[in-house]
Amino acid sequence: MEKVFRGKAFVLGEDIDTDQIIPAQYLVYSLEKHGEREKYGEYALSGVPIADSGLPQGNIPLVAEGASESEFSIVVAGKNFGCGSSREHAPAAMQIAGIKAVIAPTYARIFYRNAVDGGFLIPVESIVSLVENIKTGDELELNLLEGHVRHLESNETFPIKPLGQVEEIVEAGGIFAYARKMGKIGASANV
Amino acid sequence: MGMTLTEKILAAHAGVKKVEPGENVWVDVDVLMTHDVCGPPTFGIFKKEFGENAKVWDPEKVVIIPDHYIFTKDVHANRNIDILRDFVREQNLPHYYDVGTERYKGVCHIALPEEGWTRPGEVLFGTDSHTCTAGAFGQFATGVGNTDAAYILGTGQLWVKVPETMRFEIEGKIPDCVMAKDIILNIIGDIGVDGAAYRTMEFAGSGIEAMTMEDRMTLCNMVIEAGGKNGVIAADATTEAYVQARTDKPYRIYQSDADAKFHSVRRYKAEELQPMLAMPHSPDNKAGVSEALNVKLDRAYIGSCTGGKYSDFWAAAQILKDHPVKVDTFVVPATTEIARQLQENSINGKSLLEIFKDAGARIGEPSCAACLGGPSDTFGRLNGAEVCISTTNRNFPGRMGSKSSQVYLASPYTVAASAITGKITDPRDYLA
Repeated sequence: MEKVFRGKAFVLGEDIDTDQIIPAQYLVYSLEKHGEREKYGEYALSGVPIADSGLPQGNIPLVAEGASESEFSIVVAGKNFGCGSSREHAPAAMQIAGIKAVIAPTYARIFYRNAVDGGFLIPVESIVSLVENIKTGDELELNLLEGHVRHLESNETFPIKPLGQVEEIVEAGGIFAYARKMGKIGASANV
Repeated sequence: MGMTLTEKILAAHAGVKKVEPGENVWVDVDVLMTHDVCGPPTFGIFKKEFGENAKVWDPEKVVIIPDHYIFTKDVHANRNIDILRDFVREQNLPHYYDVGTERYKGVCHIALPEEGWTRPGEVLFGTDSHTCTAGAFGQFATGVGNTDAAYILGTGQLWVKVPETMRFEIEGKIPDCVMAKDIILNIIGDIGVDGAAYRTMEFAGSGIEAMTMEDRMTLCNMVIEAGGKNGVIAADATTEAYVQARTDKPYRIYQSDADAKFHSVRRYKAEELQPMLAMPHSPDNKAGVSEALNVKLDRAYIGSCTGGKYSDFWAAAQILKDHPVKVDTFVVPATTEIARQLQENSINGKSLLEIFKDAGARIGEPSCAACLGGPSDTFGRLNGAEVCISTTNRNFPGRMGSKSSQVYLASPYTVAASAITGKITDPRDYLA
């Protein structure tokens, strides 16, 4: 797990639900097959009403038309990110689009759990919502070692919460790697 | 210090005497349910992690109920059904409710209880957020993602963070015009779409004790709309009668201790409850129906795990039996058993199915249908800027299809009354 990394911010509002993260009509595609997996990147966050996509000005899609990867790699959002359905396609789609971390004050629990157990991205909890402090396109440095996110242009830092109980799973890269490390399941895929 | 109902179930399945909220425990799983959307990726992860020749931990405990994208020409959706069939054949799984056969059921959360898979005291995980519906049977039931489901498939276990319990007590007699849907919309409006995040919502009180199993399922179904991990109602004689009619398997009834520690207790007086709405675009955007009268509608929808049960249609039929609908009205029974009941049961000599048809409603095949939008040819899907009133569970932007549509969530009574007038209407105008 990368503990310090930089990326461009993509800013969203509160209560972004999984239908906005990946609309249900796209869940028919395979997450494994080449040629279909990329569609999850293409449609990641495409359910967000365009006026609310890429705040504060809006009208910025996460992924440019025709592309399957985004220029943005850190999503900054308001409370209760990932509410709604249990579809693991949601954090998977964001990962396929190139998102490495989300920074939000709170998460819906199934999204949080899927992000951690599937090793798709790091769900970082900020102390307060940073939606008012960060604009889409701003360069950020996320520092999990020191527990803050830094706005590179202004050099302002904002504290984040430690990962706590799930840190070991995040560090291992997901529930399977963690369970192997703990000796709960066999070491290789064929055991 | 005593324990809550949920803590007791988790402790028993973790093999320990006591658990505390916030603690992570590994629990043994009694039933794992999956469907056509999340089954295929779950099986993919299972094979990747446990090997191409790996076997599921217990074929008797795996239940596969295709229900999401069934009646569609979408080739990818139909391929997912084939993937389910291949896995079932290869693993020799006995509990598969295949599409196009006598066994086909429809919406998983209603099919599970109908088929005896919801039993008090058990732990049920499902790859669908509305798996929490089964908490109505006094069990721990919650939704998980594909990776967690694949882990369960291989091991029969999963880690769980023990949730704190919020208790909701409803005392007194619930007015006839008020349905369980109104009660849960009211509660979600009070606490917000994240008001129960990571927590259990436990329902109790004389108002709950008087409820049928279907009403209790409606309450527990929507706890996820408040962010809840699970909803639960202690099993009683009503639960036992329902369960015993459908399974011979043993079960265990747990109750919260009198000295259990709750996160909070909220009390509602049943007689003060009213027909409610969740307005666009969030399930917590509550209003009394009387506050939103005359909003013009394009469509009415009655269906889903929340509002597509037999009792939901019986309620709608009470209103539609005497009046034609004024807007496009879609009726989608959750399961084949409910579809059969609509044909067999009648009001004043007319079957419920005939009542809906004569009122001008369109009848769909049992499945999730337009509740979550789905492929473009999905029955009832909102493909444009329609304003819809629906008995379903979510109204976030684009949930039922188009991002430009607007969805009002309401009870079957309110949806039926509104279908008649073409605008949001108080069901009390039509209930004697």
